[in-house]
Amino acid sequence: MRSAFIVIAALLALAAVREEAGAQSPAVVEQAIKGSWTAASPDWQARLLQDETQKACSQYRNAPPRKVADKIIAREKTTIKYPADGKLMGDWKKGEKLAQSGYGGRFTDYPPRAENGGNCYACHQLSRKELSFGTLGPSLLEYGKDRRFKDDEVKSAYERIYNPHAVIPCANMPRMGANNFLTIEQIKDLVAYVMSPESPVNK
Amino acid sequence: MRAFRKFASVITSVLLALGGLAAQEDTEREVERYRQMLKADPWSNPGLLDVDRGEALWNEKRGPKNASLEGCDLGKGPGKVDGAFAELPRYFKDVKRVMDVETRIVWCMEKLQGFARADIIKRPYSKANQSGTELEALATYVANRSNGYKFKPSLKYRKEQEALALGETLFFRRQGPMDFSCSTCHADSGKRIRLQGLPFLSKPEEARKVMGEWPAYRVSQGTVMTMQHRITDCYWQMRLPQIDYASDVVIALTMYLVNLAKGSDITAPQIKR
Repeated sequence: MRSAFIVIAALLALAAVREEAGAQSPAVVEQAIKGSWTAASPDWQARLLQDETQKACSQYRNAPPRKVADKIIAREKTTIKYPADGKLMGDWKKGEKLAQSGYGGRFTDYPPRAENGGNCYACHQLSRKELSFGTLGPSLLEYGKDRRFKDDEVKSAYERIYNPHAVIPCANMPRMGANNFLTIEQIKDLVAYVMSPESPVNK
Repeated sequence: MRAFRKFASVITSVLLALGGLAAQEDTEREVERYRQMLKADPWSNPGLLDVDRGEALWNEKRGPKNASLEGCDLGKGPGKVDGAFAELPRYFKDVKRVMDVETRIVWCMEKLQGFARADIIKRPYSKANQSGTELEALATYVANRSNGYKFKPSLKYRKEQEALALGETLFFRRQGPMDFSCSTCHADSGKRIRLQGLPFLSKPEEARKVMGEWPAYRVSQGTVMTMQHRITDCYWQMRLPQIDYASDVVIALTMYLVNLAKGSDITAPQIKR
């Protein structure tokens, strides 16, 4: 009985060490970050601070345990704002331009010379004619067609672009809406780009 | 007629598409051809101009103290340049800090030559089609003097172990308006941004293939690029503010990557797209 207890204690200790392996304490990390961006203005330095979701996804390296994952989904769902008129699809042609543009948010992009882009092609295949696409995300070719252009799929696409963590906790994709990187109007245009039957994505 | 028009438009778009793909493949092929040429004739590497310039700068008496960098201790003792880069970043007792090659060169220019730190780091990186900066030339020279050596990072000192742990944690740290971390792009095999291939850096086999290539000569820029510059550009792409030159964050990330690449060959400066 006693030896079993010792074994369990040893296993617990080992598990604790495992979790710590390779990780530096948050205090040391924050100190290093503070000391490494000294030339940045306070509002730029604020970009280095993490919210709860970024913290959890960093800690678990994008593979959060079930309980943490559920918390992320619940929290991120509350961030999603919908268009006042309830229309989730905008103009796919504008959406295509946004999907191509990687402009915005970099320190050389200020003062802004254009609207922020969605930069979708950096990571996704979308239309057949654009061959310069990245592969970090899944191919979205015929995304709407595959989903039979259904209304609930339109809503799902809107939510996934607005805040992917509300669906896939610790997704790699940016929270375009929740982080105020794109506006509701822009997200509607992107939804149209992937969900509209007229869009080259579905041709 | 209508059918023909449709057919023609299909053909046109296929040709256009193939043209785009071909252009990209051409670039890749040209860079590969360039690499092969360099293998046949290593002296045709334009990055070696920076090595030469770096060597001249290293040996020249300069600065308010009219001294050369020949007495600079890169970790293996004053004046020992051969193989020093293979063991960087490392802990330096005289500053009680872990330093990478660039940080140490800045420190030597400050202490031995008497240059003001602010002046040295005012413009550390060259822009496209400019010749390399002094720091780029010096870093490329020092790295080149480790060709034939393998990465052998020290973890003897507690601060070195701390830098490694910090680097690993930073690699997976998500932040900024796009929620990016290094691992967003560099934690899987065979991925691309647009058509640009991405190394799976947290996998030792892939880190070993690329780490020894830096500082690298970039054909598209016509200039050498250092590891500090490479990581700074990643943070720019991640929508974070401009990181300080020779910062602890970049040194720690370099420490992490060099440890992953432990035992691999140094071939700097290599040729990049």
